[in-house]
Amino acid sequence: MESISIEGTPKTPTVNFDATTGIIEVKGRSIPENSIEFYRPLVEWLEEYSKEPQKLTTVNIQLEYFNTSSSKCILDVFKKLETIKKARNEVVINWYYEEDDEDMLEAGEDYESIIRIPFKMIEVVD
Amino acid sequence: MSFNIEERYTKMNKGEVLLAYKGSITAELITNVLGVVESKLDHVIDHSITKKKIYNILVESLQNLYHHVDDLPDRISDSMDIHFGIFVISKMDEMYDIRTGNFIKNDKIKKLKERLDKIKSLSKDELKELYKFVLNNQKFSDKGGGGLGLIDIARRTDGKVDYEFDTYDDEYSFFSLNITI
Repeated sequence: MESISIEGTPKTPTVNFDATTGIIEVKGRSIPENSIEFYRPLVEWLEEYSKEPQKLTTVNIQLEYFNTSSSKCILDVFKKLETIKKARNEVVINWYYEEDDEDMLEAGEDYESIIRIPFKMIEVVD
Repeated sequence: MSFNIEERYTKMNKGEVLLAYKGSITAELITNVLGVVESKLDHVIDHSITKKKIYNILVESLQNLYHHVDDLPDRISDSMDIHFGIFVISKMDEMYDIRTGNFIKNDKIKKLKERLDKIKSLSKDELKELYKFVLNNQKFSDKGGGGLGLIDIARRTDGKVDYEFDTYDDEYSFFSLNITI
């Protein structure tokens, strides 16, 4: 399965999805007007990956900003990961937030309460 | 006619104005404005979290505006623009104000007003629950909005969101939104 590697822009995040290591990363900012187009291939990739996932999938989400249009797409990504976990695979989600950024920490907690995977909240200190 | 767009625009230009615009609202414009304002904020605010909060709300409110500038009829667009909108970012007494304005069809006012009043009446915890409910249950609208923008803004500002509707003619009104951070 091919990896996904997308460089970040001022409106879209850096994405690295690697099926051989099971490491999935989304970093930077996600603020496009319409996020569906950007996230569709990522959700499709996860759909494919979920057929033969690694024993351990590590997810690193380190977003500086994301808009509400992206928030729904990010939930779709998490829901695919939930499916992988339900099929008795290990999934670890690391949610990074900047020191004192309560809004970003809370956003992580919101997702954690919707999907059934515990998040590891990691505060990034400058 | 009782409503005058110039008067409204002048009224919105209160405080120390960082940026004010009236005219066509396009995706390119929003992208450029976000870039300009972000570098301006870097100069005027030291505190990174405050800056982030303002920028987040700005993204949400301008994209909300972009999603709601419907095609206007000739009688309005001839003197303004087919996708006419207004926004002002200003500072007053250590608070930041983001104001947006756009035309809305009169028959859509009731629903929007009810929605805004509901959001304004909710506590922080109730807003959180509503946000999660909409996030998990509502599909994207055909405009690409997720119905989360206003809830998100209210959450981040603790409900400091005000609005006004000014009747323009039989079919349209002008909707002004004022967000205080």
